[in-house]
Amino acid sequence: MAEAPFGLLAELTHRCPLQCGYCSNPVELVRRNAELDTESWRRVFDQARSLGALQVHLSGGEPLLRPDLPELVAHANSLGCYVNLVTSGVGLSRERLRELASRGVDHVQLSLQDATKAGNDRIAGIKAFDRKVEAAAYIREEGLPLTVNTVLHRQNLDNIAGIIAMAEEMGAERLELANTQYYGWALRNRAVLLPTREQLAVADPIVAAAQERLRGRMEIVYVIADYHEAHPKPCMYGWGARQLTVAPDGDVLPCPAATVISSLQIENVRDSSLHDIWHNSPSFNAFRGYEWMKDPCRSCPRKEIDFGGCRCQAFQLTGDAANTDPVCSLSPDRSTVDLILAKEMAPSEVPAMAMRKMS
Amino acid sequence: MTSVVALDAVPRIRRGVKCTYDQIREAHVVLFPEGVLVLNETAASVVSLCDGVRSVGDIALALGDVYAGVQPEDIAELVARLVERRVVDVDG
Repeated sequence: MAEAPFGLLAELTHRCPLQCGYCSNPVELVRRNAELDTESWRRVFDQARSLGALQVHLSGGEPLLRPDLPELVAHANSLGCYVNLVTSGVGLSRERLRELASRGVDHVQLSLQDATKAGNDRIAGIKAFDRKVEAAAYIREEGLPLTVNTVLHRQNLDNIAGIIAMAEEMGAERLELANTQYYGWALRNRAVLLPTREQLAVADPIVAAAQERLRGRMEIVYVIADYHEAHPKPCMYGWGARQLTVAPDGDVLPCPAATVISSLQIENVRDSSLHDIWHNSPSFNAFRGYEWMKDPCRSCPRKEIDFGGCRCQAFQLTGDAANTDPVCSLSPDRSTVDLILAKEMAPSEVPAMAMRKMS
Repeated sequence: MTSVVALDAVPRIRRGVKCTYDQIREAHVVLFPEGVLVLNETAASVVSLCDGVRSVGDIALALGDVYAGVQPEDIAELVARLVERRVVDVDG
């Protein structure tokens, strides 16, 4: 039997006031009338805890758009789970935060799109910057630990020092600087988002110096720009290994992007239990362990480090989710990635960003 | 590199870190933003004594009553690993 998961990513809704063009939600967003109701989410949390999950990440879209959020926080807390609220900060008033804290939120992750108001609001597509600064102050007042999350790309990578300074000013204990991963919305906007080698060469030492300078005060987690790397990321630390995602409509996913693998048969909490889906479903077992691997992964010692990289990326760029992640220098499809870099990193004509919205 | 923790250092559980018992895994666990640590019995005893009052030496002394052969240096090393994982802070 597979080991129990540690975490549940609960995407309570896909509705969001922000329109970031690299959103990790799928391009086909779930509509409000298809969202799970309060009772169903409570049941999902019960099942996740029985299965072994100890962390509940309440995310979206924007989870604050769910009026039942305080009730869901209280329920996850009552099960003994660590409750992490992942928010844009838009709609997080002082009163709202106080209530959520009193119901058992343990930690808040606040997104920040760029170092400045102008940059932030341009990327978010709405005036969100001032709300975020206020939200950070309320979180600090309430004494909750804060992680600031920034997705990095060609449009904001040059402002990395300012982003780090902004997170410090916001009182963050952690800062996640994650280079864009190209699925769904980000894949659509790749030619606007792909950073150049020069940008990364400037940013990397700035991040390293800040990690050193802020040691013990603010931890900086840096997620690599994998198209530019020789080896893939250890995606999800293995398929169906540590975490599961439940989408707003109850679809259960081995990773938040898994809907891009169109050949994958996705299960739903309305039809089966999380226990059954985690342990017995074809989707969760498809790429578990090492048996499914082909060469070069199968005979590669790095398979225990990176698990063959990302299945979604393999599917999107090679058409077969069981192939080696094509960003790997050992992949026979690496040239596909190099071609994309050559074409899209410095396009002669940069297309406009397609902003995230319900179709 | 794991930094060295002195015997008179006073460890405390960091803000936002939750220590609990998981009936499913039948183990003490530490929950924090980055993840979950499943503790063995010794580590669980050490974590429960990281109260911001006792020093590493005090913890070793307290555990010496329960477990034979507890060396203060072993406790210091374990605390250093917990600091590295951002589960505890040390003063002094």
